[in-house]
Amino acid sequence: MAKEYGSAAQWQEDLYQVLRHNGVTLFCYVPDGGHKTLINRSIEDPDVVSVPLTTEEEGVAMCAGCHLGGTKSVLLMQSSGVGNCVNMFALVKNGLFPFVTLITMRGEFGEMNPWQIPMGQGVQPVVEAMGLHCLRAMTPSEVVPTAQAAMDMAYKSNQGVAVLLTQKLIGAKPF
Amino acid sequence: MSENRPLNRKHAVPAIVGDPSDLLIICGLAGASKDIAHLTKDGDNIFTMAGAMGGATAMGLGLALSQPAKRVLVVTGDGELLMNVGTLATVGIMKPSNLSILCVDNGHYGETGYQETHTQRGVDLEVIAQGSAIPMTRTVSTENQIEGGAAVLRNSNGPSFVLLRVNTQPPPAIKRSMDATERKAAFRKALHGKA
Repeated sequence: MAKEYGSAAQWQEDLYQVLRHNGVTLFCYVPDGGHKTLINRSIEDPDVVSVPLTTEEEGVAMCAGCHLGGTKSVLLMQSSGVGNCVNMFALVKNGLFPFVTLITMRGEFGEMNPWQIPMGQGVQPVVEAMGLHCLRAMTPSEVVPTAQAAMDMAYKSNQGVAVLLTQKLIGAKPF
Repeated sequence: MSENRPLNRKHAVPAIVGDPSDLLIICGLAGASKDIAHLTKDGDNIFTMAGAMGGATAMGLGLALSQPAKRVLVVTGDGELLMNVGTLATVGIMKPSNLSILCVDNGHYGETGYQETHTQRGVDLEVIAQGSAIPMTRTVSTENQIEGGAAVLRNSNGPSFVLLRVNTQPPPAIKRSMDATERKAAFRKALHGKA
């Protein structure tokens, strides 16, 4: 049976826990089905600030402000949101701000909405062109180590890192 | 035009901000960054930008949510704020009580040749802030309104927004550091004791 798009899977729970264990206390996001568990956990968690955004680029600047203030944060978005962030990534690169974004991918493995294809295909080249690292999680077992690697690269090496939660991992959204 | 905007930013910005030493200040690119860099002598309690247009308010929001015991001031221009005006709505729903936003509105993109912005053609950013659920807002257009605007920025409980309408006189000349990595480290060292 095909898994339900965005359904709560164990890897999503584990992902929330690894981010919290790394000290992340602010989650900001433009919603996506694949991030449902992270968003809901962040809303329920009394020790976390959960911030819905009007556009993803707000989150890039907000995460930089969090670092000035001494808080660890992550930005959750769908692949289409990457295009809304491009110029704001200059803040991350120019200031060497630690930055982690978790991106649920559309427009790749099994995509049924043609409108998702162009930006989905553009995510990795765009992110890398702006000086961020791009790490992919293809299977449930890769999610936690990939998120841990991103947190280490960001907060120990002052890097910007995009973690792509691939469509093979999440499942294609049925229409 | 000048009858509607009698205030000069070189006087009005320092007058409305007052003593900046107890504030954490995020400045949007161009004029706003020059205003505050000049006022603070490019101090370690400010982070100024010369790019990342549209990011100042969101950066200030992240800082305010991370430092609830400190007063955070965003100083931005009308052009910078218009680029990401939706951030006012995010401020409005999060309602950090320690965040104040000062928009220095000269009605023009001063950095690129003084082309008119939308505020010069009828758009009112204070009304947008009100509609974005920011509970305390004020427009300051004249000298005798500065004291009231300063009080809104300093004393309001809840996010506040002050639209400071100024003429097109340029911001003060200041040679400020453009090294964002060094400025980030200095800001964090001053606030946390380590970069």
